[in-house]
Amino acid sequence: MADFALTIFTSKGTLQQIENASQAVNKGETALGIKTKSCVVLAVEKKISSVLVDESSFHKVQAISSNSGAVYSGLGPDFRVLMQQARKHAQTYALSYREPILISNLVRETAQIVQEYTQSGGVRPFGISTLIAGFDDDGPHLYQIDPSGAYYEWKATAIGKNMKNAKIFLEKRYKHDLELEDAIHTALLTLKENFEGQMSSKNIELGIIDKSRVFRLLTPSEINDYLTGLES
Amino acid sequence: MSIFDYNGGGIVAMKGKNCIAIGADRRLGQQMKTVSTNFKKIFRMQDNILLGLGGLATDIETFSAEMEYKLNLYNLRENRKLKPTAFVSLVSSTLYEHRWGPYFVSPIVVGLQDGTPVISTYDSIGCTTDTENFAVAGTAGELLYGLCETYYREDIPAEELVEIIGQILLAGCDRDALAGWGGVVYLLTTDNLHIRELKTKQT
Repeated sequence: MADFALTIFTSKGTLQQIENASQAVNKGETALGIKTKSCVVLAVEKKISSVLVDESSFHKVQAISSNSGAVYSGLGPDFRVLMQQARKHAQTYALSYREPILISNLVRETAQIVQEYTQSGGVRPFGISTLIAGFDDDGPHLYQIDPSGAYYEWKATAIGKNMKNAKIFLEKRYKHDLELEDAIHTALLTLKENFEGQMSSKNIELGIIDKSRVFRLLTPSEINDYLTGLES
Repeated sequence: MSIFDYNGGGIVAMKGKNCIAIGADRRLGQQMKTVSTNFKKIFRMQDNILLGLGGLATDIETFSAEMEYKLNLYNLRENRKLKPTAFVSLVSSTLYEHRWGPYFVSPIVVGLQDGTPVISTYDSIGCTTDTENFAVAGTAGELLYGLCETYYREDIPAEELVEIIGQILLAGCDRDALAGWGGVVYLLTTDNLHIRELKTKQT
Protein backbone atom coordinates (compact mmCIF):
# COMPACT_ATOMS: atom_id res chain seq x y z
CA MET A 1 0.00 0.00 0.00
CA ALA A 2 1.64 3.24 -1.15
CA ASP A 3 2.07 5.90 1.52
CA PHE A 4 2.74 8.58 -1.04
CA ALA A 5 0.47 10.58 -3.31
CA LEU A 6 -0.18 9.05 -6.71
CA THR A 7 -1.60 12.29 -8.07
CA ILE A 8 1.16 14.87 -8.38
CA PHE A 9 1.63 18.08 -10.35
CA THR A 10 3.37 18.07 -13.72
CA SER A 11 5.80 20.86 -14.52
CA LYS A 12 3.06 22.46 -16.57
CA GLY A 13 0.92 22.85 -13.47
CA THR A 14 -1.59 20.16 -14.34
CA LEU A 15 -2.73 17.06 -12.50
CA GLN A 16 -2.54 14.36 -15.12
CA GLN A 17 -4.47 11.81 -13.09
CA ILE A 18 -7.47 14.14 -12.84
CA GLU A 19 -7.34 14.86 -16.55
CA ASN A 20 -7.22 11.14 -17.19
CA ALA A 21 -10.18 10.64 -14.88
CA SER A 22 -12.09 13.26 -16.86
CA GLN A 23 -11.28 11.25 -19.98
CA ALA A 24 -12.84 8.20 -18.38
CA VAL A 25 -15.93 10.29 -17.62
CA ASN A 26 -16.14 11.54 -21.18
CA LYS A 27 -16.15 7.99 -22.44
CA GLY A 28 -19.04 7.11 -20.18
CA GLU A 29 -22.70 7.00 -21.13
CA THR A 30 -24.47 10.33 -21.30
CA ALA A 31 -26.33 11.53 -18.23
CA LEU A 32 -28.26 14.77 -17.84
CA GLY A 33 -30.19 16.81 -15.36
CA ILE A 34 -32.83 19.55 -15.63
CA LYS A 35 -33.90 21.80 -12.75
CA THR A 36 -37.03 23.91 -13.06
CA LYS A 37 -38.96 26.13 -10.68
CA SER A 38 -40.80 23.14 -9.24
CA CYS A 39 -38.79 19.97 -9.85
CA VAL A 40 -35.53 18.28 -10.89
CA VAL A 41 -35.22 15.47 -13.44
CA LEU A 42 -32.22 13.16 -13.93
CA ALA A 43 -31.88 10.92 -16.97
CA VAL A 44 -29.23 8.50 -18.21
CA GLU A 45 -28.49 5.97 -20.93
CA LYS A 46 -28.20 2.43 -19.67
CA LYS A 47 -26.81 0.26 -22.46
CA ILE A 48 -26.79 -3.38 -21.43
CA SER A 49 -24.01 -5.48 -22.88
CA SER A 50 -26.13 -8.60 -23.43
CA VAL A 51 -29.81 -9.59 -23.47
CA LEU A 52 -28.94 -12.00 -20.70
CA VAL A 53 -28.29 -9.17 -18.23
CA ASP A 54 -31.13 -8.55 -15.78
CA GLU A 55 -31.42 -4.79 -16.25
CA SER A 56 -33.76 -4.40 -13.28
CA SER A 57 -31.09 -5.64 -10.90
CA PHE A 58 -28.97 -2.52 -10.91
CA HIS A 59 -29.69 1.18 -11.18
CA LYS A 60 -27.58 4.03 -12.43
CA VAL A 61 -29.92 6.60 -10.91
CA GLN A 62 -29.99 6.18 -7.14
CA ALA A 63 -31.41 7.97 -4.12
CA ILE A 64 -28.95 9.36 -1.59
CA SER A 65 -31.58 10.26 0.98
CA SER A 66 -35.33 10.65 0.79
CA ASN A 67 -34.93 14.16 -0.60
CA SER A 68 -31.95 13.69 -2.93
CA GLY A 69 -30.66 11.40 -5.67
CA ALA A 70 -27.79 11.11 -8.10
CA VAL A 71 -26.64 9.79 -11.46
CA TYR A 72 -23.18 9.48 -12.99
CA SER A 73 -21.03 9.13 -16.07
CA GLY A 74 -17.91 7.01 -15.86
CA LEU A 75 -16.96 4.05 -13.70
CA GLY A 76 -19.96 2.40 -12.07
CA PRO A 77 -18.10 0.92 -9.09
CA ASP A 78 -16.62 4.32 -8.22
CA PHE A 79 -20.16 5.72 -8.16
CA ARG A 80 -21.25 3.03 -5.71
CA VAL A 81 -18.43 3.92 -3.32
CA LEU A 82 -19.21 7.63 -3.47
CA MET A 83 -22.93 7.00 -3.00
CA GLN A 84 -22.29 4.99 0.14
CA GLN A 85 -20.25 7.82 1.65
CA ALA A 86 -22.81 10.45 0.63
CA ARG A 87 -25.64 8.41 2.11
CA LYS A 88 -23.78 7.97 5.36
CA HIS A 89 -23.16 11.69 5.59
CA ALA A 90 -26.84 12.48 4.99
CA GLN A 91 -27.90 10.02 7.67
CA THR A 92 -25.35 11.24 10.20
CA TYR A 93 -26.76 14.73 9.77
CA ALA A 94 -30.34 13.49 10.15
CA LEU A 95 -29.32 11.66 13.33
CA SER A 96 -28.12 14.84 14.99
CA TYR A 97 -30.73 17.27 13.75
CA ARG A 98 -33.70 15.03 12.93
CA GLU A 99 -34.03 17.06 9.76
CA PRO A 100 -33.13 16.34 6.14
CA ILE A 101 -29.74 17.71 5.14
CA LEU A 102 -29.54 20.79 2.90
CA ILE A 103 -28.47 19.74 -0.61
CA SER A 104 -25.70 22.36 -0.69
CA ASN A 105 -24.27 20.84 2.48
CA LEU A 106 -24.50 17.28 1.10
CA VAL A 107 -22.81 18.24 -2.17
CA ARG A 108 -20.06 20.21 -0.44
CA GLU A 109 -19.19 17.29 1.81
CA THR A 110 -19.35 14.73 -1.01
CA ALA A 111 -17.13 16.94 -3.17
CA GLN A 112 -14.74 17.16 -0.25
CA ILE A 113 -14.41 13.37 -0.31
CA VAL A 114 -13.76 13.43 -4.07
CA GLN A 115 -11.06 16.07 -3.55
CA GLU A 116 -9.41 14.07 -0.79
CA TYR A 117 -8.91 11.21 -3.22
CA THR A 118 -6.80 13.58 -5.36
CA GLN A 119 -4.52 14.47 -2.51
CA SER A 120 -4.14 11.33 -0.39
CA GLY A 121 -1.63 8.48 -0.30
CA GLY A 122 -2.22 5.29 -2.23
CA VAL A 123 -5.49 6.22 -3.92
CA ARG A 124 -6.50 7.35 -7.38
CA PRO A 125 -9.18 9.95 -8.19
CA PHE A 126 -12.79 8.88 -8.71
CA GLY A 127 -13.47 8.10 -12.37
CA ILE A 128 -16.91 9.71 -12.40
CA SER A 129 -18.72 12.96 -12.72
CA THR A 130 -21.95 12.87 -10.80
CA LEU A 131 -25.14 14.91 -11.03
CA ILE A 132 -26.94 15.35 -7.71
CA ALA A 133 -30.60 16.39 -7.61
CA GLY A 134 -32.47 17.37 -4.49
CA PHE A 135 -35.23 19.44 -2.94
CA ASP A 136 -34.83 21.24 0.39
CA ASP A 137 -36.04 24.37 2.19
CA ASP A 138 -34.21 26.46 -0.42
CA GLY A 139 -36.12 24.77 -3.26
CA PRO A 140 -34.95 22.43 -6.06
CA HIS A 141 -31.23 21.96 -6.73
CA LEU A 142 -29.05 20.38 -9.40
CA TYR A 143 -25.31 20.04 -8.77
CA GLN A 144 -22.40 18.48 -10.66
CA ILE A 145 -19.28 17.08 -8.99
CA ASP A 146 -16.17 16.46 -11.13
CA PRO A 147 -13.23 14.08 -10.47
CA SER A 148 -11.21 17.05 -9.22
CA GLY A 149 -13.73 17.70 -6.47
CA ALA A 150 -14.98 20.90 -8.07
CA TYR A 151 -18.73 21.34 -7.89
CA TYR A 152 -21.17 23.55 -9.73
CA GLU A 153 -24.86 24.28 -9.46
CA TRP A 154 -26.72 24.08 -12.76
CA LYS A 155 -30.14 24.87 -14.21
CA ALA A 156 -29.57 22.07 -16.70
CA THR A 157 -26.50 20.15 -17.80
CA ALA A 158 -25.17 16.94 -19.30
CA ILE A 159 -22.08 14.80 -18.70
CA GLY A 160 -20.45 11.93 -20.55
CA LYS A 161 -20.10 10.99 -24.23
CA ASN A 162 -22.59 13.40 -25.76
CA MET A 163 -22.40 16.22 -23.28
CA LYS A 164 -21.53 18.86 -25.86
CA ASN A 165 -24.48 18.18 -28.13
CA ALA A 166 -26.80 17.58 -25.22
CA LYS A 167 -25.89 20.92 -23.63
CA ILE A 168 -26.41 22.76 -26.89
CA PHE A 169 -29.83 21.13 -27.16
CA LEU A 170 -30.66 22.01 -23.55
CA GLU A 171 -29.57 25.61 -24.00
CA LYS A 172 -32.19 25.96 -26.70
CA ARG A 173 -34.94 24.04 -24.96
CA TYR A 174 -34.50 24.97 -21.31
CA LYS A 175 -37.19 27.06 -19.60
CA HIS A 176 -37.18 27.83 -15.92
CA ASP A 177 -40.90 27.38 -15.40
CA LEU A 178 -41.34 23.99 -17.04
CA GLU A 179 -43.68 21.71 -15.15
CA LEU A 180 -42.58 18.17 -14.22
CA GLU A 181 -44.22 16.57 -17.27
CA ASP A 182 -42.51 18.99 -19.65
CA ALA A 183 -39.16 18.62 -17.91
CA ILE A 184 -39.34 14.86 -18.31
CA HIS A 185 -40.32 15.32 -21.94
CA THR A 186 -37.35 17.65 -22.54
CA ALA A 187 -34.98 15.23 -20.78
CA LEU A 188 -36.11 12.38 -22.99
CA LEU A 189 -35.80 14.46 -26.15
CA THR A 190 -32.26 15.46 -25.16
CA LEU A 191 -31.30 11.83 -24.58
CA LYS A 192 -32.89 10.81 -27.85
CA GLU A 193 -30.80 13.36 -29.80
CA ASN A 194 -27.73 11.15 -29.70
CA PHE A 195 -29.15 7.80 -28.77
CA GLU A 196 -27.97 4.85 -30.83
CA GLY A 197 -30.88 2.58 -31.52
CA GLN A 198 -34.38 2.61 -30.10
CA MET A 199 -34.98 4.16 -26.64
CA SER A 200 -37.00 1.95 -24.32
CA SER A 201 -37.64 1.50 -20.62
CA LYS A 202 -34.88 -1.13 -20.64
CA ASN A 203 -32.06 1.12 -21.83
CA ILE A 204 -32.69 4.42 -20.05
CA GLU A 205 -33.35 5.48 -16.46
CA LEU A 206 -35.15 8.53 -15.08
CA GLY A 207 -35.23 9.94 -11.59
CA ILE A 208 -37.40 12.83 -10.42
CA ILE A 209 -38.00 15.00 -7.37
CA ASP A 210 -40.66 17.67 -6.96
CA LYS A 211 -42.38 19.63 -4.19
CA SER A 212 -43.18 16.36 -2.40
CA ARG A 213 -39.43 16.28 -1.60
CA VAL A 214 -39.28 12.56 -2.25
CA PHE A 215 -36.77 11.36 -4.83
CA ARG A 216 -37.94 8.44 -6.90
CA LEU A 217 -37.16 6.49 -10.03
CA LEU A 218 -39.76 6.32 -12.77
CA THR A 219 -41.04 2.77 -13.21
CA PRO A 220 -40.51 1.04 -16.57
CA SER A 221 -44.21 1.37 -17.38
CA GLU A 222 -44.13 5.11 -16.61
CA ILE A 223 -41.10 5.49 -18.88
CA ASN A 224 -42.94 3.62 -21.61
CA ASP A 225 -45.90 5.99 -21.29
CA TYR A 226 -43.63 9.01 -21.66
CA LEU A 227 -41.84 7.45 -24.61
CA THR A 228 -45.14 6.82 -26.35
CA GLY A 229 -45.97 10.43 -25.64
CA LEU A 230 -42.72 11.39 -27.32
CA GLU A 231 -43.75 9.76 -30.58
CA SER A 232 -46.89 11.87 -30.72
CA MET B 1 -24.78 13.66 48.08
CA SER B 2 -25.58 13.67 44.39
CA ILE B 3 -23.35 15.57 42.00
CA PHE B 4 -26.47 17.28 40.71
CA ASP B 5 -27.01 18.82 44.16
CA TYR B 6 -23.52 20.28 44.61
CA ASN B 7 -24.12 23.78 43.24
CA GLY B 8 -27.92 24.07 43.55
CA GLY B 9 -30.50 25.80 41.41
CA GLY B 10 -34.07 26.09 40.23
CA ILE B 11 -35.27 26.48 36.65
CA VAL B 12 -38.85 26.60 35.40
CA ALA B 13 -40.29 27.09 31.91
CA MET B 14 -43.89 27.47 30.79
CA LYS B 15 -45.82 27.82 27.53
CA GLY B 16 -48.19 30.72 26.93
CA LYS B 17 -50.26 32.06 24.05
CA ASN B 18 -47.74 32.42 21.21
CA CYS B 19 -45.09 33.06 23.82
CA ILE B 20 -42.86 31.22 26.21
CA ALA B 21 -41.18 32.07 29.51
CA ILE B 22 -38.24 30.54 31.36
CA GLY B 23 -36.97 31.58 34.75
CA ALA B 24 -34.02 30.61 36.92
CA ASP B 25 -32.56 31.48 40.30
CA ARG B 26 -29.17 33.15 40.57
CA ARG B 27 -27.42 31.20 43.30
CA LEU B 28 -24.09 29.48 42.87
CA GLY B 29 -23.14 27.45 45.94
CA GLN B 30 -20.62 24.92 47.06
CA GLN B 31 -22.88 22.71 49.08
CA MET B 32 -23.93 24.87 52.02
CA LYS B 33 -21.73 27.87 51.18
CA THR B 34 -23.11 30.49 48.80
CA VAL B 35 -20.37 31.73 46.49
CA SER B 36 -22.22 33.93 43.98
CA THR B 37 -25.61 35.58 43.70
CA ASN B 38 -25.61 36.32 39.98
CA PHE B 39 -24.74 33.05 38.30
CA LYS B 40 -26.19 32.68 34.81
CA LYS B 41 -28.27 29.58 34.09
CA ILE B 42 -30.28 30.71 31.06
CA PHE B 43 -28.53 31.30 27.74
CA ARG B 44 -29.79 32.98 24.61
CA MET B 45 -28.86 30.59 21.79
CA GLN B 46 -30.70 32.44 19.03
CA ASP B 47 -33.44 35.08 18.69
CA ASN B 48 -36.05 32.40 19.15
CA ILE B 49 -34.25 29.75 21.22
CA LEU B 50 -33.29 29.81 24.90
CA LEU B 51 -31.39 27.15 26.84
CA GLY B 52 -31.81 26.80 30.59
CA LEU B 53 -29.53 24.48 32.56
CA GLY B 54 -29.69 22.98 36.03
CA GLY B 55 -27.07 20.75 37.64
CA LEU B 56 -23.31 21.04 38.09
CA ALA B 57 -22.26 24.66 37.49
CA THR B 58 -19.03 23.92 35.61
CA ASP B 59 -20.97 21.70 33.24
CA ILE B 60 -23.67 24.38 32.87
CA GLU B 61 -20.97 26.72 31.57
CA THR B 62 -19.17 24.17 29.39
CA PHE B 63 -22.28 22.62 27.91
CA SER B 64 -23.82 25.97 26.99
CA ALA B 65 -20.50 26.89 25.35
CA GLU B 66 -20.43 23.64 23.38
CA MET B 67 -23.99 24.27 22.14
CA GLU B 68 -23.03 27.79 21.11
CA TYR B 69 -20.02 26.38 19.25
CA LYS B 70 -22.20 23.89 17.38
CA LEU B 71 -24.80 26.53 16.61
CA ASN B 72 -22.19 28.92 15.19
CA LEU B 73 -20.73 26.23 12.94
CA TYR B 74 -24.23 25.33 11.80
CA ASN B 75 -24.93 28.95 10.85
CA LEU B 76 -21.68 29.10 8.87
CA ARG B 77 -22.13 25.77 7.11
CA GLU B 78 -25.82 26.01 6.40
CA ASN B 79 -26.13 29.76 5.97
CA ARG B 80 -29.38 29.75 7.90
CA LYS B 81 -30.76 29.88 11.45
CA LEU B 82 -31.45 26.76 13.44
CA LYS B 83 -35.07 25.75 13.85
CA PRO B 84 -36.04 25.18 17.50
CA THR B 85 -36.95 21.54 16.77
CA ALA B 86 -33.54 21.01 15.19
CA PHE B 87 -31.84 22.56 18.22
CA VAL B 88 -33.84 20.25 20.50
CA SER B 89 -32.45 17.26 18.59
CA LEU B 90 -28.94 18.71 18.58
CA VAL B 91 -28.96 19.01 22.39
CA SER B 92 -30.09 15.42 22.68
CA SER B 93 -27.42 14.05 20.35
CA THR B 94 -24.71 16.18 21.98
CA LEU B 95 -25.64 14.81 25.42
CA TYR B 96 -25.53 11.24 24.11
CA GLU B 97 -22.11 11.84 22.52
CA HIS B 98 -20.90 11.97 26.11
CA ARG B 99 -22.83 8.87 27.14
CA TRP B 100 -19.88 7.36 29.01
CA GLY B 101 -18.65 10.58 30.59
CA PRO B 102 -21.77 12.75 30.72
CA TYR B 103 -22.36 16.40 31.46
CA PHE B 104 -24.12 16.59 34.81
CA VAL B 105 -26.78 18.97 33.58
CA SER B 106 -30.55 19.04 33.35
CA PRO B 107 -31.27 21.09 30.23
CA ILE B 108 -34.51 22.81 29.28
CA VAL B 109 -34.81 24.12 25.73
CA VAL B 110 -37.41 26.77 25.09
CA GLY B 111 -38.27 28.23 21.67
CA LEU B 112 -40.79 29.67 19.25
CA GLN B 113 -41.11 27.83 15.94
CA ASP B 114 -43.17 29.94 13.54
CA GLY B 115 -44.92 31.43 16.53
CA THR B 116 -45.64 28.06 18.17
CA PRO B 117 -44.11 27.51 21.62
CA VAL B 118 -41.71 24.59 22.03
CA ILE B 119 -40.40 23.24 25.36
CA SER B 120 -38.16 20.21 25.75
CA THR B 121 -36.43 18.77 28.74
CA TYR B 122 -33.79 16.04 29.04
CA ASP B 123 -31.97 13.79 31.42
CA SER B 124 -28.19 14.09 31.49
CA ILE B 125 -27.70 11.64 28.62
CA GLY B 126 -30.16 13.01 26.14
CA CYS B 127 -33.54 11.40 26.75
CA THR B 128 -35.85 14.07 25.31
CA THR B 129 -39.29 14.94 26.63
CA ASP B 130 -41.32 17.39 24.55
CA THR B 131 -43.68 18.80 27.11
CA GLU B 132 -47.06 20.33 26.43
CA ASN B 133 -47.20 22.79 29.28
CA PHE B 134 -44.19 23.37 31.54
CA ALA B 135 -40.83 21.97 32.59
CA VAL B 136 -38.64 22.18 35.67
CA ALA B 137 -35.01 21.46 36.50
CA GLY B 138 -32.54 21.80 39.34
CA THR B 139 -32.54 20.98 43.03
CA ALA B 140 -35.77 22.99 43.41
CA GLY B 141 -37.40 21.10 40.52
CA GLU B 142 -39.87 18.99 42.45
CA LEU B 143 -40.90 22.02 44.51
CA LEU B 144 -41.56 23.99 41.35
CA TYR B 145 -43.72 21.23 39.88
CA GLY B 146 -46.46 21.67 42.48
CA LEU B 147 -46.79 25.38 41.76
CA CYS B 148 -46.73 24.80 38.00
CA GLU B 149 -49.60 22.35 38.24
CA THR B 150 -51.61 24.81 40.28
CA TYR B 151 -51.07 27.91 38.17
CA TYR B 152 -50.81 26.55 34.64
CA ARG B 153 -53.66 26.90 32.18
CA GLU B 154 -53.74 26.95 28.39
CA ASP B 155 -53.04 30.13 26.44
CA ILE B 156 -51.79 32.35 29.22
CA PRO B 157 -51.18 35.83 27.77
CA ALA B 158 -47.59 37.09 27.80
CA GLU B 159 -47.84 39.77 30.52
CA GLU B 160 -49.52 37.30 32.85
CA LEU B 161 -47.03 34.54 32.06
CA VAL B 162 -44.10 36.63 33.29
CA GLU B 163 -45.91 37.25 36.57
CA ILE B 164 -46.83 33.61 37.02
CA ILE B 165 -43.35 32.28 36.28
CA GLY B 166 -41.88 34.87 38.62
CA GLN B 167 -44.17 33.86 41.48
CA ILE B 168 -43.61 30.15 40.87
CA LEU B 169 -39.86 30.63 40.85
CA LEU B 170 -39.76 32.66 44.03
CA ALA B 171 -42.09 30.43 46.01
CA GLY B 172 -40.46 27.23 44.83
CA CYS B 173 -36.86 28.33 45.42
CA ASP B 174 -37.77 29.75 48.83
CA ARG B 175 -38.37 26.20 50.01
CA ASP B 176 -35.01 24.95 48.70
CA ALA B 177 -31.93 25.84 50.71
CA LEU B 178 -29.68 25.44 47.68
CA ALA B 179 -31.71 27.62 45.28
CA GLY B 180 -32.71 31.27 45.40
CA TRP B 181 -30.70 34.42 46.08
CA GLY B 182 -32.42 36.31 43.27
CA GLY B 183 -34.18 35.33 40.09
CA VAL B 184 -34.42 36.18 36.40
CA VAL B 185 -37.26 35.58 33.97
CA TYR B 186 -36.90 35.55 30.17
CA LEU B 187 -40.10 36.11 28.19
CA LEU B 188 -39.91 35.18 24.51
CA THR B 189 -42.59 36.47 22.14
CA THR B 190 -42.63 36.61 18.36
CA ASP B 191 -41.57 40.28 18.56
CA ASN B 192 -38.86 40.29 21.16
CA LEU B 193 -37.15 38.93 24.23
CA HIS B 194 -38.00 40.58 27.54
CA ILE B 195 -35.75 39.97 30.53
CA ARG B 196 -36.98 40.72 34.01
CA GLU B 197 -34.90 40.52 37.17
CA LEU B 198 -36.74 39.45 40.30
CA LYS B 199 -36.11 41.07 43.63
CA THR B 200 -35.96 38.61 46.50
CA LYS B 201 -35.27 39.15 50.19
CA GLN B 202 -31.59 38.66 49.75
CA THR B 203 -30.72 40.02 46.31
